[in-house]
Amino acid sequence: MAYNLKEAVAKESRFVSGHRMCAGCGAPPVVRNVLRALKEEDNAVVSCATGCLEVSSCIYPYTSWNKVSFIHTAFECASATLSGAEKTYYALKRAGKVKNNTKFIAFGGDGGTLDIGLQSLSGAMERFHDITYVCYDNGAYMNTGTQRSSSTPHFADTTTSPAGKVIPGKTQKRKDLTEIMVKHNLPYVAQTALFGNLQDIYTKAEKAIYTEGPTFIAAFSPCPRGWGYPTEDLAEIEKLAVNTCFWPLYEVENGVYKINYKPANKLPVTEFIKTQKRFKHMFKPGNEWMIEELQKEIDEKWNYLLMMEEITNKKSE
Amino acid sequence: MAIRERLSGNEAVATAMKQINPDTVAAYPITPSTEVPQYFSNFVANGEVDTEFIAVESEHSAMSACIGASAAGGRVMSATSSQGLAYMFEMLYVAAGMRLPITLICGNRALSAPLNIHNDHSDSMGVRDAGFIQLYCENNQEAYDNTIMAVKIAEKASIPVMVCYDGFITSHSVENIMLLETEEVKKFVGERNPVQYLLDDERNISMGPMDLQKYYFEHRKQLADAMRGAKDIIKEVSDEFYKLTGRKYDLYENYMMDDAEIGIVVLNSTAGTAKDAVDKLRKEGVKAGLIKPRAFRPLPYNEIPEALKNVKALAILDKCDSVNGYAAPLFTELTSAMFSKGVIIPTVNYIYGLGGVDVKVNDILDVFDNLKNIAKNGKIEKTTYYLGMEN
Repeated sequence: MAYNLKEAVAKESRFVSGHRMCAGCGAPPVVRNVLRALKEEDNAVVSCATGCLEVSSCIYPYTSWNKVSFIHTAFECASATLSGAEKTYYALKRAGKVKNNTKFIAFGGDGGTLDIGLQSLSGAMERFHDITYVCYDNGAYMNTGTQRSSSTPHFADTTTSPAGKVIPGKTQKRKDLTEIMVKHNLPYVAQTALFGNLQDIYTKAEKAIYTEGPTFIAAFSPCPRGWGYPTEDLAEIEKLAVNTCFWPLYEVENGVYKINYKPANKLPVTEFIKTQKRFKHMFKPGNEWMIEELQKEIDEKWNYLLMMEEITNKKSE
Repeated sequence: MAIRERLSGNEAVATAMKQINPDTVAAYPITPSTEVPQYFSNFVANGEVDTEFIAVESEHSAMSACIGASAAGGRVMSATSSQGLAYMFEMLYVAAGMRLPITLICGNRALSAPLNIHNDHSDSMGVRDAGFIQLYCENNQEAYDNTIMAVKIAEKASIPVMVCYDGFITSHSVENIMLLETEEVKKFVGERNPVQYLLDDERNISMGPMDLQKYYFEHRKQLADAMRGAKDIIKEVSDEFYKLTGRKYDLYENYMMDDAEIGIVVLNSTAGTAKDAVDKLRKEGVKAGLIKPRAFRPLPYNEIPEALKNVKALAILDKCDSVNGYAAPLFTELTSAMFSKGVIIPTVNYIYGLGGVDVKVNDILDVFDNLKNIAKNGKIEKTTYYLGMEN
């Protein structure tokens, strides 16, 4: 079905207002737009890792989860929890106890996905459950106050990788979970952002949810408090992340790469990082090497993607 | 009609699981309970059960998947031991806090370090405050029977149940046991009818919320009340089981305790050894007796002190240690219960058999020898002994 923004937003939202997420946070629109891709007649079970999203969306006796069933258990096990629910669905369906068509979706931040939840995620993906895992990636432990995660960008200033007099922020590169998921041989892996008319995230969510087997989406999810930007700049930051290729939009379907957006004018990374306080120290005199290094890493990944797109499409011809 | 079979403890438990035919089993291998999911996955592979079996990548995920499965509305079981149970620790609290009636089989084994695969009760005692009902089993028959009863107790109480039996001693020893017909088991456990569950066609639900202070306390109090109420449920289900099988179960077993002057309290397989010691002493005219708690959670805090109040000296045996510079959990909890009931008896704690060290009839007789002296003198020399390690 061709994407139509008006029709998509006219659907009843499955993640409704009243939650306590910050203004200018990327996570709620990620969740709302992913759930929009559900067919209206379909039910869903959402499993959520502990984190900002969970503690802000389901505070007893309230819930922002609408027309889906929601479960939170702990930090590291959204995938395992969901895998139990998914398998039980088949058992109960066989027994005639459940009739609804139900989809299974997990949401976790980068801490709950790339770090503490990696084993649970990897296990569920390898077991080939029919689930979709969405990581809303804001590149640090925001719920506890911006501690570094393995998704924190190189050089970023966090509360446990502070830009100090001797150590210049996070000294390690980002873990590339999207590629790790590709290596699980999943039928569908995608990287998305809240970009333009939101077609990218909607289309990818629809593909992920309605592809049989385990699927994974990494969704770029800026955090105004952790990154240090004015709340109204959310859309601008998303746009700059994509146009600098800091966060490329791409998908891998059965091993075949497709870059969904190639900026006509690829901007230097400084355009993206200058909008956020967490990179401020990189602009100090003498720290030019940091910008150079980060730019090099971004270019390398971008070139890798271009190469993978070429190779994998050739192979499939 | 009952079926006579020769089965190991693990086989007996797996057979009970087959007859129960749960919706979902999620498990991870660990000695000595590995055989349970192993046998069970054979039943799945051969189409003998309708169960969805999830071979997870860790025990943490095993319990997480069980929680997801139980919250989804299924009847759910798992099995583990030792490090596996320790790894589940976080999720055990979640399972109980969410009031999910999961049945967890625990083949008791020591905890590292040092690494040891043999039997003691460090694992299940280490998670004693997680909010699980804990049923302890002396032998294969009890492991089989308790597994069947556990499902019903869990669902009636809305509390998960742990069925504990001794690794190797019970899990791997083959005994003659009586099995029920599968149809009888199915009828006994019935179907799970969850009130609120994720896959309810009629309404959606949010589970596992964050509670602010007041709601948290209220919900924890509800769990505590349910655990208190579980005593009656255990008795009720056990009565029903007695009518079906003629095998009687209570919160604890009283063996020659009514007129006993010296007594022992001990869990699981060592109770069998201790019964032999009691028999031997009785033949010699010594009034020895034994209490074998079946439920440690909920603690029979009224019933057990009442049952042992007439002895002159008591030894409580723990197959684990609290490493608290004092004594071990069965002792500290039961002596506290005795004190609360006004049952003041000279009582000593014996920590025994850690890491699977063999405990024989003679070892138990040594304990009774000490009790004879204590009964005579009316006082104890020290509180805590390490059986066989005193010299």
